Amino acid sequence: MQIIDVKGLNLFYGKNQALKNVNIGIERNKVTALIGPSGCGKSTFLRTLNRMNDLIENVRITGDVTFEGKNIYKDYDVIELRKKVGMVFQNPNPFPMSIFDNVAYGPRIHGIKNKRQLAEIVERSLIGAALWDEVKDRLNKSGISLSGGQQQRLCIARTLAVEPEVILMDEPTSALDPISTSKVEDLISKLKKEYTVVIVTHNMQQAGRISDSTAFFLIGEIVEYGPTEEIFYKPKDKRTEDYITGRFG
Amino acid sequence: MNAKIYDKIATSIFYLIASLIMLLLFLIVGYILYKGIGVLNLKFITTPPKFMEPGGGVAPQLFNSFYLLVLSMLITIPLGVGAGIYMAEYARPGRITDFIRLCIETLSSLPSIVVGLFGFLVFVNSLHWGFSLLSGALAITVLNLPAMTRISEDAIKSVPESLKEASLALGATKWETIYKVILPSAMLQLITGTILTAGRVFGEAAALLYTSGMTTPDLKFNRLFSFSKVSPLNPLRPAETLSVFIWKINSESLVPDARQVADGASALLIIIVFLFNIISRYIGKMIYRKHTGSK
Amino acid sequence: MSNMGSSINKKDYIKKELFGKIYSTFCGLLIIVLTISIVFFIASKGIVTFTRNHVSVIDFIFSSKWAPESLNSNGTPQLGSAIFIVGSILVSLFAVIVSTPLSVCAAIFMTEISPKFGEKLLRPSIELFVGIPSVVYGWIGLSVLVPFIRKNIGGLGFSFLAGGIVLTIMIMPTIASVASDSLKSLPLNYKEASFALGATRWQTIRKVLLPAAAPGIFTGVVLGLARAFGEALAVQMVIGNSIKIPSGLLDPTTTLTSIITMDMGNTVSGSAWNNALWSMALLLLLISFGFILIIRKISSRRSMR
Repeated sequence: MQIIDVKGLNLFYGKNQALKNVNIGIERNKVTALIGPSGCGKSTFLRTLNRMNDLIENVRITGDVTFEGKNIYKDYDVIELRKKVGMVFQNPNPFPMSIFDNVAYGPRIHGIKNKRQLAEIVERSLIGAALWDEVKDRLNKSGISLSGGQQQRLCIARTLAVEPEVILMDEPTSALDPISTSKVEDLISKLKKEYTVVIVTHNMQQAGRISDSTAFFLIGEIVEYGPTEEIFYKPKDKRTEDYITGRFG
Repeated sequence: MNAKIYDKIATSIFYLIASLIMLLLFLIVGYILYKGIGVLNLKFITTPPKFMEPGGGVAPQLFNSFYLLVLSMLITIPLGVGAGIYMAEYARPGRITDFIRLCIETLSSLPSIVVGLFGFLVFVNSLHWGFSLLSGALAITVLNLPAMTRISEDAIKSVPESLKEASLALGATKWETIYKVILPSAMLQLITGTILTAGRVFGEAAALLYTSGMTTPDLKFNRLFSFSKVSPLNPLRPAETLSVFIWKINSESLVPDARQVADGASALLIIIVFLFNIISRYIGKMIYRKHTGSK
Repeated sequence: MSNMGSSINKKDYIKKELFGKIYSTFCGLLIIVLTISIVFFIASKGIVTFTRNHVSVIDFIFSSKWAPESLNSNGTPQLGSAIFIVGSILVSLFAVIVSTPLSVCAAIFMTEISPKFGEKLLRPSIELFVGIPSVVYGWIGLSVLVPFIRKNIGGLGFSFLAGGIVLTIMIMPTIASVASDSLKSLPLNYKEASFALGATRWQTIRKVLLPAAAPGIFTGVVLGLARAFGEALAVQMVIGNSIKIPSGLLDPTTTLTSIITMDMGNTVSGSAWNNALWSMALLLLLISFGFILIIRKISSRRSMR
């Protein structure tokens, strides 16, 4: 069974249909990349998986999305779901708090108050996000005082702290410089050992570098989905081939 | 789950408080109107107050309020818009500009009674105008200048830079651009802001107690344009306004129906202020539609 | 087209430009002149108490012996204004303490809980509150609140409580609108990040949004405090105006603004009593200036973050 299974998903913003009959199964402990031209529904789709679309007015969804076999709307409490399906955003968005408080935020709101426990979780998460060495002596400095790349890794640590099973990433490196980007990409490759990663990216080379499977989105539909190598070197659909070879997008 | 319960409790408290606030407003406005509507009629608006007998009205006070408003706006608008133009277009970042901002903030935070006292010192006494419309109008000007300046500055700054550039590129001078392009574009915000300010002026009292005074002569409307003390348009005569009247009637009620008169005057006052509010919104929408040609 | 009447236009241009520049600069400088002259005039009248009547500043501020028609043992008039100062401080603090939680809740409601309902109904309601003139608040306080307190709670009705309640209502729009602006201006992604971690709305508000908006909210509180401090007529109409420090909520008392309002017209210019009133006006001026400095300090700290 796939960890996330999507069947016949349609999404409407008012009268506009943003997602059309999306069918996809996300594999456990793999990195799945979602590629495609801007505005084709990749981010919208990603946000459906952790019900962030609930925050928007006028959104209507039909179809089935299941996480570990259970329907994310009918069988899951949204807070429980978001603990298990975490999200990292395009623009790093640390809270205006200390680094420690940023990472501890998640565990704290889910009820963990013990100071030692929190300290352990913070350390573990920062190590997991490959940031610990750089910030271990200044955990009480403001999260906003870090550089862009460090902020994004802080956000990843923050997400890891709630111990999710899936990490959704919405163009996580598009706002970062090349060096930070490669650090985050290395991190993603390591993360898949313990987590499942779904990443939306504009950057095809990035998708090619780090993902195991790739889905190509075009105007709200998945045109093609398969192992990354196949999508990039032996695409079955002409539209996929055109996009990969740069004829549009 | 604990957190969810707290969330629900918090949400209901917020709804409760919001509803209470709106209920309070409804009660306050409702009470004023309910009590005052009975007293408000044409006679009330057109007869002067009586002395020691019931049945007086607020005609001169009402006239004074409007006349004072017009006088003070005539002074405040050119000065405020001018200062707004200066701050938005001519002022350079530096000590003087910072100091002007500090002055604007200081002026706008002054208690209105202090502004009134200043007016008393300077306009009533030093300039020997006595308690008069002119003194009151200038005191109100001082009170409103910061707000008018800020409104103008914001309105001008909100005009897109590209409009300015287009004008200058066609060879217009800076002042021409301001006068012919920027001000008309900013007109919407200027007008709505001015009308809102006017509403506030109408209700002002503390600054007028010791400038336009607490009495009004027996106005003879047939002698509209003479310079005598009983001419309504004479700016050097004392002029108790509607709001000052409400205050005074409560501290020295020499008429048996003081309560009713105060109720009527209060209702009249807030009706007019609300009208100002509504008119400014309406004009705002009208001008917006005209300008953007949209519905 | 380029040389069309350019020589005529140049003179015109210079005149127009000059006019515009002089006019607006004049208005800008007028503001400075106005502010300085207000400070100068009020200060020069206010200082007379200390220079000519030889009252010490310490006595003026801290002594509660207010007997302006009599002289004390040194031959100086007894102009201790502590009662008025304490009255102003206490009633303003009361208003701020009661109003702030309510106003912040209203602000949170408008921006977070129900933006549609909040923007359409609550915000215009709050703007209407602002529109009600202070004399009308005073009148309602006088005709409704005072009798209510007298009948149902106790005392004369004219009381510290009445003054406090009136002020609470009057400053609520100020605090609520500044707080809601502050909340609105927070980056959207704070909220998103918090929700994505599985927080409830209340957790997000309490732990992320309110702390982040705190400086702005605090500015609103200070503005509300300043407004309460400077309010004259509405307070004067309901607070009782008896010259003593209130020993309970139901005691009548008085404030700086109300004593000025009442006595200025009844005292002779140049008398010690009158001079003391001017000194109080000066005190009000200085205090409101102090509020501005506090607000500036908060804002500059914020932008340094």
